Amino acid sequence: MSRQIPFSKRRLPTDKIFKISAMVAGSYVLVIIVLIVFQLSSESYPIWQREGLAFLTGSDWNAVEGRESFGAAPYILGTLVTASLAMIIGVPLSIGIAMFISQAPKYLSGPLSILIELLAAVPSIIYGLWGIFVFRQVMLDWVEYPLYEVFGDNVWIFSSAPFGLDIFSASVILAIMIIPTISAVSREIMIAVPQQQKEAAYMLGATKWEMFRLAVFPYAKTGLIGAAILGLGRAVGETMAVTMLIGNATGPSAFPQSLFQPGQTMSSIIANEFIEASPASLHLPALVGVGLILLLVAICINVVAHILVSRMLKVREGAINA
Amino acid sequence: MDGKQDDIENIGDDHLDSEKKYKMIAENVSVFYDDVEAVKNVTMKFKERSVTSLIGPSGCGKTTFLRCLNRMHDMTKNARVQGRILLDGEDLYAKDKDPIYHRRKVGMVFQKPNPFPTMSIYDNVAAGLRLNGVKDRRILDEIVEDSLKMAYVWDEVKNNLKKPAIELSGGQQQRLCIARALAIQPEVLLMDEPASALDPIATQKIEETITELAREFTIIIVTHNMQQAVRVSDYTAFMYLGDLIEFNETKKIFTQPKNELTSKYVKGQFG
Repeated sequence: MSRQIPFSKRRLPTDKIFKISAMVAGSYVLVIIVLIVFQLSSESYPIWQREGLAFLTGSDWNAVEGRESFGAAPYILGTLVTASLAMIIGVPLSIGIAMFISQAPKYLSGPLSILIELLAAVPSIIYGLWGIFVFRQVMLDWVEYPLYEVFGDNVWIFSSAPFGLDIFSASVILAIMIIPTISAVSREIMIAVPQQQKEAAYMLGATKWEMFRLAVFPYAKTGLIGAAILGLGRAVGETMAVTMLIGNATGPSAFPQSLFQPGQTMSSIIANEFIEASPASLHLPALVGVGLILLLVAICINVVAHILVSRMLKVREGAINA
Repeated sequence: MDGKQDDIENIGDDHLDSEKKYKMIAENVSVFYDDVEAVKNVTMKFKERSVTSLIGPSGCGKTTFLRCLNRMHDMTKNARVQGRILLDGEDLYAKDKDPIYHRRKVGMVFQKPNPFPTMSIYDNVAAGLRLNGVKDRRILDEIVEDSLKMAYVWDEVKNNLKKPAIELSGGQQQRLCIARALAIQPEVLLMDEPASALDPIATQKIEETITELAREFTIIIVTHNMQQAVRVSDYTAFMYLGDLIEFNETKKIFTQPKNELTSKYVKGQFG
């Protein structure tokens, strides 16, 4: 005794429309990336034609017509130095924060996680303003001068008279800005370490620190490295606060020599000069060229970070019998 | 301390007579998750060098109770334990007691094999020793070998001690975890359904291991498998909805249970 069910006919045309619109929406992402790379490449073409690979190694930065000469090396180095310093300061702190939050009782870990995420949402210009009016002076009086007085004569990285607007200040501000990102992701990853792993360590009589050393760090290593690289990605691309604090040197003097000397990063030179760069000269192509390098570096960093983080989060429970 | 020990000896339990001492005693233990009482006022005594099974339907609190015995609940954020748990007469939950010290005496094997995945077989077994400051390679080698032998997995792994632990089969991993627990020379071994994730052959090996270990250790095992309880244990406790319903020699629990619930459960009529 079968009952007649009034199935409607499948409406194929609407299905097709849906499929096409979904594809369009999906391909948007790809199209934008390709367009940006294409645009940056074609706009910067004149500078590559003029300087070739010397654009990557040169240090002159002269926009005067007739004597134009551009090299991005100081800014590439400036980015690498500030980002590395920010990592050296920020990563251990972030891991510590994540360890604390992952172990803290609920009434602490909940609010703290939210606060950390709020910190990540503070606009970069706010950090910049705070940096230039408050932080700079504090750094100068309490950190830079003491370091200079003690080590200035012997250690080259502390050798120039501090000014407050320099590579060191910019790096510390960067560290502050990447800490929320790294600690939020690290926390996620530490929580994803299976409880059984942590209990195995406790069962052996581990203290909390030993539990981290025995169960969490080895298991979460790739994920934590990924989290750090995610922070690196942010440090490399960060513009506003850095531009306000780094002192904005150009040309050969922008080569990072001492931490207390003004410098320049790839993003800060673009932010500083795009407004005065004439499209007719080589100045604009040079800036766009710097932008292209920056984009490629940032893409590589982010791809690596995402692979590491997602691999870690995917393993979760499965690792035992994998 | 001696006085205390005597007191405990005197808490008579007619059905558990033998000259063996009580290694571990749980007195009026209750466990709460938030406000839910998962274990209700359970009192049990465990003889040294014996195997005790905890059986009962899912959710009866047997695993929860087991985890009290080495303070594993300390890490569960919403769990609260009441009562006393005595190991050789000393209360594990006394204010001045460091849980770490006791966990080293009360080893645990978990439901799913949980070797440290990034470590080799050798390092897994040595982990607890290194944690306790053993650095001498000779001593490490010796204890690792002894522990793996005691856990009946030595013959299968002796040629690849450097191999990552996760490359072993599930049954081997579980015996490796037993070896890891044994390496720090615990006095009591807790096992939470140690064979539930394993196939029959691996299960049989684990059971043989348990029987052998009972010559030296006090073993408390949670199991869903009643045949397993019969095969491996000297004593069996039946729990239901957080209450300890009946606790007796295994033979008596399964042949002449005093309580009707126990009788129904061991006959497979519910649970």
